[in-house]
Amino acid sequence: MSGAIEPIAGRYVHVDVGGENCRIYFEENGAGIPLVCLHTAGSDGRQWRHLLADEELARHFRIIAFDMPWHGKSNPPESWDGSEYRLTTARYTETILAFCRALRLDKPVVMGCSIGGRIVLNLAIEHASEFRALIGLEAADFQAPWYDTSWLNRPDVHGGEVCAALVSGLIAPQSPKAARAETLWCYKQGGPGVFKGDLYFYRVDGDLRGRLEGIDTAACPLYLLTGEYDFSCTPEDTVRTAAAIQGAHVTIMEQLGHFPMSENPAQFRRYIAPVLDQIRNHSKSDKQGVHS
Amino acid sequence: MLGRTPDLVVRGRMLTCDCLLGPADHPFHVSIREGAIVDMTAAPVLMRSWRFAFRASSAAWAEYWQPMPRPGWHDLLALTKRKEASLEGDLHPFMTHLQYFKDLLALPRFAPGRAA
Repeated sequence: MSGAIEPIAGRYVHVDVGGENCRIYFEENGAGIPLVCLHTAGSDGRQWRHLLADEELARHFRIIAFDMPWHGKSNPPESWDGSEYRLTTARYTETILAFCRALRLDKPVVMGCSIGGRIVLNLAIEHASEFRALIGLEAADFQAPWYDTSWLNRPDVHGGEVCAALVSGLIAPQSPKAARAETLWCYKQGGPGVFKGDLYFYRVDGDLRGRLEGIDTAACPLYLLTGEYDFSCTPEDTVRTAAAIQGAHVTIMEQLGHFPMSENPAQFRRYIAPVLDQIRNHSKSDKQGVHS
Repeated sequence: MLGRTPDLVVRGRMLTCDCLLGPADHPFHVSIREGAIVDMTAAPVLMRSWRFAFRASSAAWAEYWQPMPRPGWHDLLALTKRKEASLEGDLHPFMTHLQYFKDLLALPRFAPGRAA
């Protein structure tokens, strides 16, 4: 409809990450429990636009999606000297914590997808008490590599085309055509080497096997949801991960792949709305001093 | 089938290569010139060379070509990951035109007469 303005508002916040000022772009909508959403490797916060615009959810949650430095409208840090970008577990964790602090969020829920799902597990291991609940989409402690990441950034291969073509197979075939195209467009727009640099965390630095046993889901509930068509982080990877965490909730989502929130927002909503309801009810019980 | 998808030929306009595609036990030498298939001959052909090969089991192709393929059988690289397909040779033309090859090899999914 011509003239319709969405309720999503975008702004920049200056965040100190590792002693350096990062100008981070974020979008938000709603009021209530802070819900911070983390995008996948090589993409940006636009993946969350349907959730951000969800009127019903925005009545209870302050939904926030930010672009990691180097992604979307968050530029590389000013100190960047042209060297190869590589995301590490420590840097990723620090960026999320610093962003939440900068916005003065009170025990937010964090929901991340893919690398965002992996880092959510690290938040559960190291910082559970700082969060109200954690949600990992397409999350596992480890998954087997299925391509050589050196193809993602080389001068004789178009980075945008190859990044999008590689991940296109992770989208479920039932996904609406326009949503599929939009999901891939973000990959076509990524900066050179950024997807590859994110995968350094995913493939090399962020292996969490053997570190899950200490997760306390009583301190911070943990939800893991994975699409049946995700052959990168497979349902088996997520189920194996959840089995090592006492009290973790696991759901396998039908007709969805690796990008549930953007590839088929309506189908994703069927799975995520009950999880958010549960978190909201748990939060209410806590406030009233009732623990289920 | 490629002739019915002119947009795919346009996307492959910079692609000229000879490759080996199809079932693992009886693949085809496929000659592509500026995005169009100009020759397809059953292998083996004496001393015919190819730059890369993508070969999959017959069962894998049958699954891949379903109008709504099952999880894990729906993408060329899902097939290689589950070891139902192999990718060999000089992968440069394959990777520079990855979506082209995914779409080319998925064309039987949309062949007339197949249920959507």
